[in-house]
Amino acid sequence: MTGKRNAIISALVLLVGRRRRKPREDAARIVPPSPPNQAAELVVLLLLGLSSLCAIGFILVYAFADSLPDVTQLLGLALGLALLFLAAALVVVGRELVPTEELAEAYPPHEHPHEQRLIAELTDEAGTRFTRRRLFKLGLLGAGGTLGLAFLTPAVSFGPLFRVGDFLRTPWRKGRRLVDEHGRPYKASDIEEDNFYLGFPEHSSGSEKEQMAASLVLVKVPPDQLNLPPSLEGYDAHGILAYSRICTHAGCAITLYRAPLFQPDEPKPALVCPCHYSTFDPATGGTVTFGPAGRNLPLLPLYEDSAGYLRAKGNFDGPVGPSWWGVRLWKAQP
Amino acid sequence: MRPVLTISIVVAFLLAAGAAQGSPGTPKRPLAARGYHLYGQYCLRCHGGNAAGARVAPSLRGVGALAADFYLRTGYMPLQHLGQQPRRQPLILSDGQIRALVAYIATLGGPSIPKPQPWLGNVSQGLALFTEHCAGCHQVVAQGGYVTGALPPPLDRATPVQVAEAVRIGPYVMPRFSQHAITNRQLDSIIRYVEFTKHPSRPGGWGLGFLGPVPEGLVTWFLAIPALLVLCLLLGRRFRS
Repeated sequence: MTGKRNAIISALVLLVGRRRRKPREDAARIVPPSPPNQAAELVVLLLLGLSSLCAIGFILVYAFADSLPDVTQLLGLALGLALLFLAAALVVVGRELVPTEELAEAYPPHEHPHEQRLIAELTDEAGTRFTRRRLFKLGLLGAGGTLGLAFLTPAVSFGPLFRVGDFLRTPWRKGRRLVDEHGRPYKASDIEEDNFYLGFPEHSSGSEKEQMAASLVLVKVPPDQLNLPPSLEGYDAHGILAYSRICTHAGCAITLYRAPLFQPDEPKPALVCPCHYSTFDPATGGTVTFGPAGRNLPLLPLYEDSAGYLRAKGNFDGPVGPSWWGVRLWKAQP
Repeated sequence: MRPVLTISIVVAFLLAAGAAQGSPGTPKRPLAARGYHLYGQYCLRCHGGNAAGARVAPSLRGVGALAADFYLRTGYMPLQHLGQQPRRQPLILSDGQIRALVAYIATLGGPSIPKPQPWLGNVSQGLALFTEHCAGCHQVVAQGGYVTGALPPPLDRATPVQVAEAVRIGPYVMPRFSQHAITNRQLDSIIRYVEFTKHPSRPGGWGLGFLGPVPEGLVTWFLAIPALLVLCLLLGRRFRS
């Protein structure tokens, strides 16, 4: 028993006890002697102790995870502080305890000057077989340049350069019915003022459903407020308007509809994109009233059939989706 | 001559005002009659005589107890400045005064105060419906957000009845949802979800207002990165000297 105790005590003494290093008596030291910095040593020990405490805290929090609120945050805090204290301890060691000195070493003089001159001459003379040096340089430049261009070509996939067709295709044809997200066809009487509805083409297959132009937002504007430009005359069905749901700025889905309760006092009705707050006026054909969008929200012409269902009368008045170079030169295609 | 003219002008004005107001008179029930007087005190200046509306404020005929209860119990009304968005404010009317005013507005017709039953709703269905109809503006954990020209409020203090009322009214620039757009049963689910969001779980870290990546990005760019830069500069200082 006493043997074990003695062993523990001696181990502790060995671990904790401070041993002053005996100065070496022989030849001069490499590192110049500097006075010991006991305060810095103490700070380092303290920081290391704090780091261990935090690490122990991490273990404890993990052990009692079920009975603590905000476990993730506490775990992160404990681990973060442990690493921070450890880093601080190392910083203090580096700045205060490790001796530093700067030494500049001069470059040695050139060796074998004669041989070096010979090598330079050799490389000079080796090129005399080439008679059309300039042409060679040009050829090399051409090969390197075209190779670089080849590497850059895949970047074309980032935007439409050759295949704009995909961006113009829409699933809308004359007579196609509008349905909601569950596939139920919309009747004109379903659409109420001060509300907005999502619309899709009826019986759309997978690839059609994925097209950007498939999703619509439907709103109803009272007849006295409807003020469509002449080019969009007749696009509405008794005040019901179907706009593309994709913002013309960056292609986000329009999810906000501003429907004022009391018109004289409050902001006008508007379709708003939540990404950059592009704001479109539904009463005037989707004109931009605020935000970074550069062109109108495309409008799909509608009519009400004899059974009261809403059907597309044609295609959008412009390309659907975010803007790209030359977007205004094209028209939406069925 | 002068006093006679003045008196006749005053009399003519009073007559004209009386004619413009019409004469439905005070309601018969005592509570509604008290509300009628309170209406004259707090609401008449903007909403006009007999709640018929004016240039600056809408008519209250037909809005019903539903709307009156919503606007008065949230503190949206009485509005402090015309033209501003109504905000949730400390109530200046007592519970009894609100009940009287609601009773008076109810005599002018319109829907009654809804009785939602959120315990019949379904949280997961409520999340789907909330995402579809509400999250665009109110943000998916109902913390509120922005729309150009208005501020959709957070729903942390909205009671189930107030949520049910707001959906049917569409206050300020909020869309109005009829029974056809959102059925009462669906509304129960939405309310159950809104109640759930009042104590959201935060498994991934502190919520920062639950507004999504924007505040998180702000913390990264304006707090974390400057802190790291300052640390780097402090560490490297000795070697520069």
